[in-house]
Amino acid sequence: MLYRTAGQFKTSYTADQALFPVRQDAILLGVILVFAYLIFPLTASEFAFQTLLIPILIYALAAMGLNILTGYAGQLSLGTGAFMGVGAYACYKLITIFPWMNPIVAILLSGVFSAGVGVVFGIPSLRIKGFYLAIATLAAQFFLVWLFEKWAWLYNYNASGAIQVPNLDIFGLYVSGPQAASVTQYYLVLGVVTLMSILCINLTRGNLGRTWKATRDMDIAAELIGINLMRSKLVAFAISSYIVGVAGALYVFMWKGAAEPNVFDIPLSFQVLFIAIIGGLGSILGNYLGAILIVGLPVVLNLVPSALGLPISSAMVEHLNVMIVGGLIIFFLIVEPHGLAQLWRLIREKLIIWPFPH
Amino acid sequence: MLYDFLIQPFVDMATAPDFFLQVLWEGLVSGVLYALIALGFVLIFRSSRIFNFAQGIMVVFAALTLVGLHAMGVPAWIAVALTLAVMFVLAVTIERVVLRPLVGQPDIILFMATIGITLFLIGLGETIFGGENKVMISEELGIPTGDTVLEPWGGLLILQHLDITVVVVATLLVAGLLAFLNYTQMGRAIRALGDDHQAALSVGISLQTIWVLVWFIAGIIALVTGIAWGARAGVSFALEVIAYKALPVLMLGGLESITGAIVGGLMIGMLEKLFEIYWGQPFLGGNTETWFAFVLALIVLLFRPQGLFGERIIERV
Repeated sequence: MLYRTAGQFKTSYTADQALFPVRQDAILLGVILVFAYLIFPLTASEFAFQTLLIPILIYALAAMGLNILTGYAGQLSLGTGAFMGVGAYACYKLITIFPWMNPIVAILLSGVFSAGVGVVFGIPSLRIKGFYLAIATLAAQFFLVWLFEKWAWLYNYNASGAIQVPNLDIFGLYVSGPQAASVTQYYLVLGVVTLMSILCINLTRGNLGRTWKATRDMDIAAELIGINLMRSKLVAFAISSYIVGVAGALYVFMWKGAAEPNVFDIPLSFQVLFIAIIGGLGSILGNYLGAILIVGLPVVLNLVPSALGLPISSAMVEHLNVMIVGGLIIFFLIVEPHGLAQLWRLIREKLIIWPFPH
Repeated sequence: MLYDFLIQPFVDMATAPDFFLQVLWEGLVSGVLYALIALGFVLIFRSSRIFNFAQGIMVVFAALTLVGLHAMGVPAWIAVALTLAVMFVLAVTIERVVLRPLVGQPDIILFMATIGITLFLIGLGETIFGGENKVMISEELGIPTGDTVLEPWGGLLILQHLDITVVVVATLLVAGLLAFLNYTQMGRAIRALGDDHQAALSVGISLQTIWVLVWFIAGIIALVTGIAWGARAGVSFALEVIAYKALPVLMLGGLESITGAIVGGLMIGMLEKLFEIYWGQPFLGGNTETWFAFVLALIVLLFRPQGLFGERIIERV
């Protein structure tokens, strides 16, 4: 009923390929955007901003970057955490070397550095495939995190070895550091994420996206029909690392406020990979769904024991959380290996024909 | 500068051969353990094309179970037997609950599932046994302590008895495993499955039995590795990092090759130690062991994309 598509005719190929072939999709997105831009910021508590809204957006962005590489171009990467680190450290250096720089410009520029690093570590993908490539990206992961620790220039030689975000303002409004309000940070993150999403949706629908999909599905066949594999793979590495780098800069500047090198260690890479896979490889929507699940789940699980009045220590809750998350990952993989995005596609198809079975 | 970096380390090696041998020996011992973990990977990968990320955590889990059982008052050797039983139950459970429903899914999904298993086992281990560091029950298991001091060329070479035991036990385990794979019916079935799934199924080899068996063998290897590494460095979840070390070993040796796992493990163990002592600490600020193996494997892979001993990759469209 709600999703009835009757009466919505397509008279041209362009209309059929439009972003929203079904009007209800556009309305649904509009409602979500109203919530994201108006209702959440007005109603959310400080706790909700810091544990749910901001991290979900940042993780979704990082997963989107990874999804470009793994889901669209088919190159499995386990080095996402380190590339986020490159973005964060690049942003930190930009801010400290050019203190007059607009923070938003710095964040967007920092992705350029991680894109460069991404291309360098993407070069082996021209010869190495599959799991061998996945392990090769681990070389980037471990090497870069080691570099963050040992290269004192990166954290301005301070004694703690961590990067500390200064108070930064845009026209007098603090956007990062201890004085920044969560709402401001939320809007900034939301803006960047919206921008990147639009970019990704259009990239993956266009020529480049089709090139990537051909590379993913069978690279030799893609080469035979005239696709330049080297260009296709390296561009995928560059764009993916750019987005991941921006997510890393946001991660430290808009959320954590400070970061030690081990923050960017391999658990972060896996967390982002989980989001991309549970959400659905080769889908933009999936990144958001996956991020909501993976970020939201531990928060909810933390609340359960106290809500039920169970006497469990917080360390125990932590351990149980890890176990439950692991179990749920297996559960979701078994139930729907193509991810939550596929689940939504199925639901949507059911809704269109509802209440009839066919 | 260039001289310092390129020539001086070799001069150092030649002038102090006893120290060089000491470094080599320590590298060899860790190499043996890397090779053992890689062997668990290879067995599972060959028979099911599953890239088992959980191998490392199985090492920790086995060691934790052993120590935990002993702490509850179970005598050491019975605890070992019970731990083996736990690993068997684990193998059966993993096959039933995780692998069977996921048969035929893309490789990456199975890989993610093993990461799910990893998280689950970390959580389970911490819930049951607690997250703190524990001491391996080496004495109760009769693992010798002390050391032998050799004096080659008037130098000094210290061989820990523990390390010697590790090398001997690992060699025996590998020899036993190779004998099992080559001379028993079950072992040949495992290899057949590795060569061709469909052909193996058509001659009546049971996929499910073999998978349980392979995961159980991986569990046994994990227990041995866990005891050995735990005796050297204590039992905690920090042990997990050695699992990551097995990955470059696999890359270097090739994902399908048992020889590759052993040769790769020894090579990486020794080379990373040499690099750390002669190049890493003097020039790069140390702790290069975290990435050296990966970078080495990456460089080798650029020339041989299937690793040193892996199956040649043949692609058809």
